[in-house]
Amino acid sequence: MNHQYDVVIVGAGLAGLRAAIELGEDTRTAVISKVFATRSHSGAAQGGIGAALGNEEEDHWKWHMFDTVKGSDYLADQNAVEILTKDAPRTIYELEHMGVPFNRTEEGRIAQRAFGGHTSNFGKAAIKRACFAADRTGRVILDTLWEKCLQRGIDFFNEFQIMNLTVRDGMCCGVTAYELANGTLHHFHSKAVLLATGGAGKIFRTSSNAFASTGDGMAIAFRAGAALEDMEFVQFHPTGIYKLGILISEAVRGEGGILRNNEGERFMERYAPTIKDLAPRDMVSRCILREIRDGKGIDGKDYVFLDLSHLGEEVISSKLAEISGFARTYAGVDVTKEPIPVQPTCHYMMGGIATDTDGRVMIDNQEQTISGLYAAGECACVSVHGANRLGCNSLLDVLVFGRRAGRSIRRYIHTIGLPPLPGDDPTVETAAQIAALMDSTGQERSGAIRSEMQEIMMDNVSVFRHGDALVKVMERLRMLKDRCRQIGIQDKGRCFNRDLLDALEVGYMLDLAEAMTLGALNRDESRGAHFREDCPDRDDEHWLVHSLFCYGGPKAAPQFLTKPVKITDFEPKERKY
Amino acid sequence: MKSTFIIYRFDPAVDTEGHYQEYSLETAPTDKILDCLNRIRWEQDPTLAYRFSCAHGICGSDAMMINGRIELACQKLIRDFKTANNFVIEPLPLFNVVKDLVVDMNPFFEKHRHVRPYLISDMDAPDRERLQEAENQRFFEPALRCILCASCTAACPISRANPDYLGPAALLRSFRYIFDSRDTATGSRLAQIDSDDGVWGCKTMWWCTDVCPKGIPVTKCLGQIKRLVRDKQKSES
Repeated sequence: MNHQYDVVIVGAGLAGLRAAIELGEDTRTAVISKVFATRSHSGAAQGGIGAALGNEEEDHWKWHMFDTVKGSDYLADQNAVEILTKDAPRTIYELEHMGVPFNRTEEGRIAQRAFGGHTSNFGKAAIKRACFAADRTGRVILDTLWEKCLQRGIDFFNEFQIMNLTVRDGMCCGVTAYELANGTLHHFHSKAVLLATGGAGKIFRTSSNAFASTGDGMAIAFRAGAALEDMEFVQFHPTGIYKLGILISEAVRGEGGILRNNEGERFMERYAPTIKDLAPRDMVSRCILREIRDGKGIDGKDYVFLDLSHLGEEVISSKLAEISGFARTYAGVDVTKEPIPVQPTCHYMMGGIATDTDGRVMIDNQEQTISGLYAAGECACVSVHGANRLGCNSLLDVLVFGRRAGRSIRRYIHTIGLPPLPGDDPTVETAAQIAALMDSTGQERSGAIRSEMQEIMMDNVSVFRHGDALVKVMERLRMLKDRCRQIGIQDKGRCFNRDLLDALEVGYMLDLAEAMTLGALNRDESRGAHFREDCPDRDDEHWLVHSLFCYGGPKAAPQFLTKPVKITDFEPKERKY
Repeated sequence: MKSTFIIYRFDPAVDTEGHYQEYSLETAPTDKILDCLNRIRWEQDPTLAYRFSCAHGICGSDAMMINGRIELACQKLIRDFKTANNFVIEPLPLFNVVKDLVVDMNPFFEKHRHVRPYLISDMDAPDRERLQEAENQRFFEPALRCILCASCTAACPISRANPDYLGPAALLRSFRYIFDSRDTATGSRLAQIDSDDGVWGCKTMWWCTDVCPKGIPVTKCLGQIKRLVRDKQKSES
């Protein structure tokens, strides 16, 4: 089935929806999503969205900018961080005007709370900068933007899996998608495509991410010629529920929650004397694992306690209601009386599809683009998060750069007509790809390959990494990729065929895992979330650069390039908290 | 320990009506029902269809009938049931089955859309945020917990009897905007649902409140709308 639109947006999380709203009523826009729009993983964001509103105490966007740059371990592009933090207050007011129900101060202004790595006066003390709606901030913003899109009459294609980008002569002119309900292939012919497909946290065994977070958009763009950037920087959130990885928001520590080891010690005081439990996530995750290595895990096991029992029922029920429910349901813990057992969980990709600050997708380190192809949100790398993202900067990123991508697409589509397609039937290759998978007599199963990948990545490419192990991981991933070509699909039906989707997803994840591992191997220094035990120091002389990855074909490793970091206001310094 | 899962199956390509299929699985008390479904699909039967995504009760994908009661499969653990490790898993009632445990949610979202689920304001927005009393925000806060999983509407006896009834989920969304001090369309919102297909369809049977996986007092919220409609009528007459 063929469709024509001005713009196709892939992904119905916050970046995609914000862009859709920006495109305006005069633009024919389709949003396609592998899950129903409100099931998007943006809805799982809990704690808040950062902006220097100064509603609770004095604040300035420049302080926010400094914190973000320092949090990134100086790898973020400072021109982009300036855009992010300067535009933050406007973004919050805009959300409020659309109807987002933020918690309020007693004066009726938007309430704010403390979050990891956010400080006043360039690092002096923790500051209240995160705007929030209890601990379901992402959920209410997602609902509000989705409902705004309903009001606008934007066309949604829910439960459509993106298969391929249509590119002709370096110009993107549409996408092919697979309708999950009946197995039909659709082609969306358009002037521009925005990828807003989110992260890929399911590459790791322990993850806070949804099942849908398999990096589809990143991998498809990568295969179509887009460069990936800074893929070795993967955020492990310090406080996932033990064994399950379900996120317990940093807002818990923002409201005064404390991490304790088996001696009951508030160990973060030793590592970050100024802001203690509110140190950035990369540091806190490493500190927790160091405590565990030193035998200070609870009961000798690999977790510590997050204690919020002293906060009182009022704070917990009005500001931390969701996470209290998660702790009760999944860990059997009453947070008003007992601490939550926690350990680091894979949470966020700092890296992604290389873009400029208007969402244009890059193919190399020379600022060459694919015309008509844009990316925003977690699947993109602008880069505002560098080597480590601060909490409550991801909701800000998706809204600021989702809007900017929408705006630049709007300008672009007025300059061109609908570009010609490469052939008579743009779905032909995808149909052949699906037929080959469905007809394969291979004996491999995607579930086994996925589990093995998740174990390998968790054990070797998570919080601590070592060069020798990474070399072996590269070999093992290549073997998994070979096995991936032998997957046989057992479900031969056309209605909700998850077996087929699982096979596609594991292929996407393996491509991305390979880029991550290659980056981690090449970058023989430690910076932000990337920590090499064999090279524990930051090396600005050689590695104050972004990593870029270009697709090398189905059987070859990616090509590795670098590009300089844009430094404007803040020269790199040692990172202490 | 071994658990038995008796699961409703229906494939539109081959079946004219549904049937039940039995699977057995080694389970731990802390396994979620969703974990069990995943393992059945990965290890025994890749054709089993159901929706899922976040796996911790926030995306709203996996509401279904578990042992005769509507639950989120990701929010219920094996240890939560006292049914001798036997589980009967069926799709949500009320909606048409697409395949196995997947139902057609379009009618549900049509009703959601019908209540104009967005802020309507005839006031110019200020440069900064509009002020709102914390007390007001707290009043409609329960409705913000809604994840559109459709449990309440599927459970509602009135929704089963009257296909035109908006149902608890859509009316709860209405409640959220009616009581938001920033929304100025209260009058037309109330007029729109002042009927037996609207808020008066609710006969206060509490089934919606009983099944809500987020603990929202849905019936009470709908009661607040009824009270407001009555108060308005009184003050006008």
